[in-house]
Amino acid sequence: MSDQNNKPAVAFVREQPIPASPPPTSASGPVRWLQENLFPTWGNALLTVISLYVIYVVLSSSLPWILGGVWNTSSLAECREVLDGRSAACFSVLRERWNQLMFGFKYPPEFYWRPILAFFLMLVAAAPVLFPDLPRKMLVFTGLYPFVAFWLIWGGTILSPLLALAGCVLGYLAYSKWVSRSFAAGFFGGIAVAFVVWWLGGLLIPEGASDNAMLPAVASRDLGGFMLNMMLGVTCVSLSVPLGIALALGRQSDLPIVKGICVIFIEFIRGVPLITLLFVASVMLAYLFPPDATVDLFLRVVIMITMFSAAYIAEVIRGGLAALPKGQKEAADSLGLDYAQAMRLIILPQALKISIPGIVNVAVGLFKDTTLVSVISMFDIVGMIRGPILASTEWNGVYWELFLFAAVLFFVVCYSISQYSQWLERRLETDHR
Amino acid sequence: MKKSVLLGALSVAGVAAGVASAGTLDDVKARGKLNCGVTTGLVGFAAPDANGEWKGFDVDVCRAVAAAVLGDGSAVEFVPTTGKTRFTALASGEIDLLARNTTWTFSRDVDLKFEFVGVNYYDGQGFLVPKELGVSSAKELDGATVCIQTGTTTELNLADFFRSNNISYEPVPIETNAEGQQQYLAGACDAYTTDASGLASTRATFEDPSAHVILPEIISKEPLAPLVRHGDNEWGDVVRWTLNALIAAEELNVTSANVGELAAGTENPEINRLLGTEGTLGEMLGLDADWAQKAITAGGNYGEIFAKNIGETTPIGLARGLNAQWTDGGLLYAPPFR
Repeated sequence: MSDQNNKPAVAFVREQPIPASPPPTSASGPVRWLQENLFPTWGNALLTVISLYVIYVVLSSSLPWILGGVWNTSSLAECREVLDGRSAACFSVLRERWNQLMFGFKYPPEFYWRPILAFFLMLVAAAPVLFPDLPRKMLVFTGLYPFVAFWLIWGGTILSPLLALAGCVLGYLAYSKWVSRSFAAGFFGGIAVAFVVWWLGGLLIPEGASDNAMLPAVASRDLGGFMLNMMLGVTCVSLSVPLGIALALGRQSDLPIVKGICVIFIEFIRGVPLITLLFVASVMLAYLFPPDATVDLFLRVVIMITMFSAAYIAEVIRGGLAALPKGQKEAADSLGLDYAQAMRLIILPQALKISIPGIVNVAVGLFKDTTLVSVISMFDIVGMIRGPILASTEWNGVYWELFLFAAVLFFVVCYSISQYSQWLERRLETDHR
Repeated sequence: MKKSVLLGALSVAGVAAGVASAGTLDDVKARGKLNCGVTTGLVGFAAPDANGEWKGFDVDVCRAVAAAVLGDGSAVEFVPTTGKTRFTALASGEIDLLARNTTWTFSRDVDLKFEFVGVNYYDGQGFLVPKELGVSSAKELDGATVCIQTGTTTELNLADFFRSNNISYEPVPIETNAEGQQQYLAGACDAYTTDASGLASTRATFEDPSAHVILPEIISKEPLAPLVRHGDNEWGDVVRWTLNALIAAEELNVTSANVGELAAGTENPEINRLLGTEGTLGEMLGLDADWAQKAITAGGNYGEIFAKNIGETTPIGLARGLNAQWTDGGLLYAPPFR
């Protein structure tokens, strides 16, 4: 027992750990991934196989059709000649009618640069509103943009947009002068000043001012194509958000008349289909004005769509307001903030954040609803397709290619809007759920 | 764009004051342009081409009227209207004349208070069937499935026709012409029925038009006519006689090619009166003496307009049929110019 040999005779002692060997192929890598995600059970395996088959069937019939498409013919008959019985798309219609799809058939081609420039300026103008990190000074351009865009797209005398701008600026000055007395005085005073300026200025602009303008005038009736959808969408969304906020606040108001007006407006507009409002805009209003002097059809449609979406946005925002605890308003009161300050600094930032998904939902829907104007004979992109293009002897019978193209355009815009709103929600997330 | 558009509204409303409604003829002359309502697009009848230029059978009627009144066939503002907006556009004065494949019916003429000025195309409901069906008459369609646009007079006409011939059919309801075209090609129905001109233009778009035939039976009357508002007979006369001038010109062999030559004076007094070298017909209408000459120069006589837009040499390939001159067994019959 006294043998205390501490060094037993050992043949080999490993001094370094064995390097990790790769896991078996069944436990990692693509095989493992397939097993876990696509074939974990018999039922799921079956579903995978069925899905693969469906994808195969869809792609095998649509891909050759799309990739084998013809781009360089000048009519459907020629397309068919080139294809010679093969089934493939006739995309030539997009190439030949590209400008009509984008700008309508009456916008003068030599002025296409004007809406294109307006479009890119819109991106610049929208940037500081959409992305809070950008320098705040860019908002000055955003404020000027509506007037610039109006002048670019419609052309005519530069006095009109300048006068409109002057009215807005003077109205704002009047507002900021009187608002210290009371909010209502400032608000209505500002609006009244703006209208007086417009009315007086309108008398001053000479009759033929647009005849020799730097940018020749283009009538609203000549607008069309996807440009019209974009213009209606952008104008109506940007107008209906503030109007919707005002309606939502009005509906919460303690003043019975304000509240009554807002409730009736919202409930009436929400109870009427948009297409009815558009018919009223295009058909009924024509009876109310003398012939030759109707209000511009574009303006009538903008008013109707704006009213329609404002009512929906108002309800979305009311939901956001209702979600805030009462303590928020009381806390604002206890800090001595007046109504306008409390709303601007405490209530609305929180309520609007909650409402973002709903507002975006309405905005996307509104943008797609702009295609409804084709039924009142405005030539937006769907109107162009259904009317002039499909009714031409060259292209009668090309349905899939055209409507697919319109769908792709709308998808790109609507998907971008939705991605932006998700980014905004993540950025504004301050509660830790 | 926001408030500047509002401004536009204001300034326009300012201009709006006091537009007295004189006669339409004077309005058109003062404006220097004819506001003509057309369809938003119908193959062969009216559609803008790749350059945005309106072309078509109805369009040429507008151009002829503009040429007669203003001396210039391009002095037309085309106002596209849909089936839903066309009548209000005319009634509210937005357009002076509607030339939009509109069927002349009693209620439209009397109840809606319009004035149809004469038929420019005699249409009627027909049937389109595949050749391989082996059918040569609509009466052999017993038990067939028929694609039919719902809520139209064609639906009622179809029911009447089958009942009066004591045969049965099965309707396949569709919503639009485009849908009908697809359903028919997909074989969802044996026959497709709508106006014969529509069938012809639909067939023209098929990959193999010769595999389909339009049956000879026409089961309804669809006289398509230009129309104006009730109550302005001077203007109605101008449009009516411009249309008649085009029809009479064909009958008298006056074409856009030889009208200049014939206007120098001919042996035929009717041609002379039509072209204004004899008599005072233009003056009676309140137009220049050579009004008809200008109208014919603008797009040709009725036959030329027909051949150019929808005739047998075009992809639409419509035969003259009922729309031939009365001397050729058709229904076109212009009253005498005297």
